[in-house]
Amino acid sequence: MPKSPARRAGRPGARRYTRRDLVLLGVLLGIPILLDLALIWGPTLASVGLSFTTWDGVGDIRWAGLKNYDELFTSYPQFWPAVRHNLLWLAFLGLLAAPFGLLLAVLIDRGVRFSRFYQSTLYMPVVLSLAVVGFIAQLLLSRDQGALNAVLGGKNPTDWLGDPGINIWMVLLAACWRHTGYVMILYLAGLKSVDPSLKEAAAIDGASERQAFFRVVLPTLRPVNVIVGVITVIESLRAFDIVYAINKGRNGLELLSVLVTDNIIGEAGRIGFGSAIAVILLLVSLGFIVTYLVQELRGEQQR
Amino acid sequence: MSRRSLLRGAALGAGAVALPSLLTACGSGPSGVTMGSNASDAVPKKAFAAAFKAYEKKSKKTVRVNTVHHETFQENINRYLQGAPDDVFMWFAGNRMQYFAQKGLLSDISDLWRNFHGFTDALKKQSTGRDGKQYLVPYYYYPWAVFHRKSVFQEKGYEAPRTFDEYRALAKQMQKDGLVPFAFGDKDGWPAMGTFDYLDMRANGYDFHIALMSGQKAWNSPQVKQVFDLWRGLLPYHQKGANGRTWQEAAQTLAQKKAGMTVLGLPHPGQQFSVADRADLDFFPFPEIDPAHGRDAVEAPIDGFLMSKKAKDKEGAKDLLKFLATPQAEDIYLASDPNNIAVNSGADTAAYTPLQKKAVQLVAGAKQISQFMDRDTRPDFASTVMIQAIQQFLNKPDDIDGLVNDIERQKKQIFAAE
Repeated sequence: MPKSPARRAGRPGARRYTRRDLVLLGVLLGIPILLDLALIWGPTLASVGLSFTTWDGVGDIRWAGLKNYDELFTSYPQFWPAVRHNLLWLAFLGLLAAPFGLLLAVLIDRGVRFSRFYQSTLYMPVVLSLAVVGFIAQLLLSRDQGALNAVLGGKNPTDWLGDPGINIWMVLLAACWRHTGYVMILYLAGLKSVDPSLKEAAAIDGASERQAFFRVVLPTLRPVNVIVGVITVIESLRAFDIVYAINKGRNGLELLSVLVTDNIIGEAGRIGFGSAIAVILLLVSLGFIVTYLVQELRGEQQR
Repeated sequence: MSRRSLLRGAALGAGAVALPSLLTACGSGPSGVTMGSNASDAVPKKAFAAAFKAYEKKSKKTVRVNTVHHETFQENINRYLQGAPDDVFMWFAGNRMQYFAQKGLLSDISDLWRNFHGFTDALKKQSTGRDGKQYLVPYYYYPWAVFHRKSVFQEKGYEAPRTFDEYRALAKQMQKDGLVPFAFGDKDGWPAMGTFDYLDMRANGYDFHIALMSGQKAWNSPQVKQVFDLWRGLLPYHQKGANGRTWQEAAQTLAQKKAGMTVLGLPHPGQQFSVADRADLDFFPFPEIDPAHGRDAVEAPIDGFLMSKKAKDKEGAKDLLKFLATPQAEDIYLASDPNNIAVNSGADTAAYTPLQKKAVQLVAGAKQISQFMDRDTRPDFASTVMIQAIQQFLNKPDDIDGLVNDIERQKKQIFAAE
């Protein structure tokens, strides 16, 4: 007895693909997959591979085993500060800039006077590249000719950008200046979409404004929170341009991305060693990406 | 907030924007020889333009110049040479050139050298790769020394020190007189290397210095520690906050009579002085530390032109190089950039300023000529280890042992990779 026709008749949804469908599907799925492999996975795996070799970019590629990693962890003085600065960057943007952006969004959303003016002013830095923010920071903070020291006066001007104990904080402030506006705009859009009747219902139930915000409004902003979280992580891991514009990411402004370029792109040509740093950066990013994906998938299941 | 730093920022931004397109679009076509230029500062840029114009006029060929911001050009040299480099490009003599010659990225121009006149053997040696072939057309050089303003020295009755003790005493006196003894900026990472080189050559001699640069001596040796120790003794007289200041800003404080002296190369303070003040600029050789070595060595980096291996218009490039090796070509350049010295003995020195004449004497009297730390050692060592190490030293001058051990460990790894 032929089974399959009966089955097919029984389940009208599951239609078998014709040869043409398969070809079409193969092409449509295949091209992006090939591009993805060639442009993203290829270079990534190449970096991982190169990180176990020594190569100066011109001569022979020689296998070096874990030597690059060993050097990185034990005798490259810039490595651990760079890791710390990247994490500090993440903490600063995530714990200060993002909540501050939310606060501004809530204030503006409540319709204070001149709210449009505030909105556009706070958003303005976002249209600037971080490299430009770096140049502006130099104009403000340069030790001898900066505007800030000119205003403060004093006999011993502070070396805002040259003192390795201070400059990272100044750069973080400059980065926040931009990130806050970005976060604010995202939350403003989110707040506009919160159903006003929810707030009214909360008010009728006797919730204080604070309770209404934390128990009712914030949970409905969950999708926005996720987006803000993701862009904050991305911004902190790819941080580069602002410190490079200021002093090439040296002397207290080390970041992993800077070390990668220092070793690979500069006059140095230590491609194996630089790749090892890039792999570390990749692992850190993967940590965040995997956590995020796991959470998202779990959330999906619960919904 | 000065217009100058704004402009510099804008130039840097423009360089960063222009670079990728230059890297891909700088191949030579029928329109002439292409020239990769790192002369992004106004004075040398204009002077080079004059020299190339003279060549165009003479040969009826065109020279297409791709100017990239000075620091950016150096940072990208590796990628640049392997991508689509210009036919001819500006670069430096010494190890920093030999490194790229050894990698097979440069064209051998030994045939041109056979017909060159007016270059000393020392120049030829600095233009020669480790394989014994010539690669560089030297163009000009500029000695490093201790620069100061004549008027300030006259006014306060200072005298140029001969020994290190006199040097320290002078610095102390300047501080008493309300001057910053040493104008100092190391934001770009390299300017402080000049001070290290001189301290090392005066204390330990030229041979030790060159052996140290080529990786044969240990950085945690007592000799190197002594160099940092001597430097630490001078740091209280240096301008504070050097890591946040460019050499341009440092040279300006000398021009403004706020600082008494500065250790830089001839063009550096020269470019920051106004034309009216330029005659007031003077220098003395870096003072003696160990009488056994005296003031024998002079740091005088040589700049010149190289032909890339991938040059498309090889004949055109060689023709241009031939012209650039003539004394006339150097004269044209120096006419509008009087901050350097011609390398060709046939160059016209009649028009030299007194400062240039003094610089010629300084180099002529030198028993040895060094090129500069980032030219005498491997580029990867200079850029990934020494820049950071010296900046760290300037921040925390007290941990010399930790510093030199760090350097030595990294040096071993980098030099072992060869």
